[in-house]
Amino acid sequence: MYRYDSYDQKIVDERVAQFRDQTRRYLAGELTEDEFRPLRLQNGLYIQRHAPMLRVAVPYGLLSSRQVRTLAHIARTHDKGYAHITTRQNFQFNWPELKVVPEILAELAQVEMHAIQTSGACIRNITSDPFAGVAGDEYIDPRPWCEVLRQWSTFHPEFAFLPRKFKMAVNGAHQDRAVIQCHDIGLELKRDAAGEIGFRVLVGGGLGRTPIIGEEISDFVPWQHIITYCEAVLRVYNRYGRRDNLYKARIKILVKALGIAEFKRQVEEEWVFGKNGPNTLTEAEVARVAAHFTAPTYVQLPGDDSSYVAQRAANPAFAAWAKRNVLAHKVPGYAVVVLSLKDPKRAPGDITDAQLDLAADLADAYSFGEIRTTHEQNLVLADVRQSDLFAVWEKARAAGLATPTFGLLNDMICCPGGDFCALANAKSIPIANAIQERFEDLDYLYDIGDLELNISGCMNSCGHHHVGHIGILGVDKNGSEWYQVSLGGSQGNNTSIGKVIGRSFAAAEMPDVITKIIDVYRAQRQGGERFIETVRRIGLDPFKIGVYGDAAIIERNQNA
Amino acid sequence: MPKLIKNGLVIDDSAEILVLDETQAPEALNLPEGPVFVPLAVWQAHKGVLSGRPGLGVWLDSHESVDDLASDLDSLQAIALNFPKFTDGRAYSGAALLRSRYGFKGEIRAIGDVLRDQFFFMQRCGFDAIQPKAGRYSDALLADALASLQDFSSPYQAAIDQPEPLFRRAARVA
Repeated sequence: MYRYDSYDQKIVDERVAQFRDQTRRYLAGELTEDEFRPLRLQNGLYIQRHAPMLRVAVPYGLLSSRQVRTLAHIARTHDKGYAHITTRQNFQFNWPELKVVPEILAELAQVEMHAIQTSGACIRNITSDPFAGVAGDEYIDPRPWCEVLRQWSTFHPEFAFLPRKFKMAVNGAHQDRAVIQCHDIGLELKRDAAGEIGFRVLVGGGLGRTPIIGEEISDFVPWQHIITYCEAVLRVYNRYGRRDNLYKARIKILVKALGIAEFKRQVEEEWVFGKNGPNTLTEAEVARVAAHFTAPTYVQLPGDDSSYVAQRAANPAFAAWAKRNVLAHKVPGYAVVVLSLKDPKRAPGDITDAQLDLAADLADAYSFGEIRTTHEQNLVLADVRQSDLFAVWEKARAAGLATPTFGLLNDMICCPGGDFCALANAKSIPIANAIQERFEDLDYLYDIGDLELNISGCMNSCGHHHVGHIGILGVDKNGSEWYQVSLGGSQGNNTSIGKVIGRSFAAAEMPDVITKIIDVYRAQRQGGERFIETVRRIGLDPFKIGVYGDAAIIERNQNA
Repeated sequence: MPKLIKNGLVIDDSAEILVLDETQAPEALNLPEGPVFVPLAVWQAHKGVLSGRPGLGVWLDSHESVDDLASDLDSLQAIALNFPKFTDGRAYSGAALLRSRYGFKGEIRAIGDVLRDQFFFMQRCGFDAIQPKAGRYSDALLADALASLQDFSSPYQAAIDQPEPLFRRAARVA
């Protein structure tokens, strides 16, 4: 993974000093609340229901074991013994005191970490494929490009006060695992006919209040020009994006208002001036960064480790975990392990200090000292030998990190919701836990199969509910919490936005509602059809009838 | 006298920023003595008369485009870009465009809701004059605030103050 040189380290150290002084001036009354707010937000610091919340950047989801131990130490020392992994692959601490935040940042800086631009109207942490470098379907490793873009976007002076937040994601594999169609800029690495690397560029995607799938603005930007191209997009957005209405300020609204053709024309007109300028990438710089992402020293192993085969045959619980949470690796004899953070007894995505320490130990012992976060709020050990899987499983299971439900209904994405977040309209964690309890029978869960259930506690859509096969959105109705259900959303190559099925529900109804939806699927599915495929084939009506009864359809027909 | 940060130093500055209220039409010209920044509309209405007047500058609000001054730059010594709120970042692009696309060599002044925690970004985008609102900083605090111009010693990306990105100006080893 990328290691800081003296320049990177200095920037992060200077940031600590800058934020320490800003905090001092705020506490001394030299900075007003309104003046301090954007400054602390650009450092990931929110004021939440109970205390400030600090969001720490995990660039494109990559961590060293040493960094994970530091996060554990922070959770233990300055928080209540746990942290939360976000849908931007970042870490959140829910209870740090404002006045100790500079100390936390100083501790993070010692392990090459920071909280820069994890919130605010600026370019946010760039996300990517959690299986980068190890997936068999990858054509170009996205990590060096993410790092190049991270450096370019860090403290970009022109784009620190955009109309609204700006999110970028990069994918370099056949399967999109970075949700690139739902980002302000989504980048897909590709090669042209001559074999040269470049990017297909999508723009104007996003979730939130107005979910929109990004549109292609360029089918190929050669790699040398990706920074100047992104700068052209950002400059057009910074100048012409709406600033009169917070809800219409994202770039997607500008792209829709102008139309993609006109937006593209403006970007290309702007690009003429930046293209081939000093921000044009050099081979030397890309090679320097890429040298940090070379493959670890794999040993030559047989493709199917015999002990792994035997252990699965002898131990059904291990076999179940291996079937769900162990994924193919491009190198024979190795595997990718998902350490689940979806133990039904905990909030989805939460992890304790002890679990963090254990994950770091597992990474050191079995996976070259590296660990990854996923936007689905799990951890990944990317390079485990098959012969070590049983040992990893036993230790992970003892620590509550081996819930064998990766990719299933209980592996839901869930924002912190009304329990923690000041923006939320409704709680989301209790809904997640109630559904997990309803579907705790593993045979039942396995029979249902691949299913993405995403929960957001408000329209800001941190829980990606729009792209869940089943999406749940917390809404406020006259001061009480209700939940709206949508079906048919999907992330990845066939990204789609889910459609709301009808009136919303009280919290207590939610497990029954999900059960009814699942019953319709199980009754209607054909062959090995996955949930989303059935929804796409039969449409929403059978599910509406299943949930609301025939009345729902009769009423609709009468109104038609 | 109002204070201003110019090229990294606090100096006195007597230029007036002429703001028209709703009753004043740009066509009516009633300029104060001495250095003054006039609104874009006044400039456009009186270009012929105003061109070459000593100490004359034009100020643009954040929704106004520097492109509209492109053909006038030779007759202007100073342009001020207003930050109605410090979170309105359009003037960063405006200043960068004036310097890079239009090659403007005169003063570019940040006015309005100008705060020390943005000085660094302003300087990077080509502002060489930074004028916080009168009364926002005491003389002592403004002198203090100069430190913010040096928040970061070696930024990553190319900008107006440092036209080469770090990867071109430093020998970085993997």
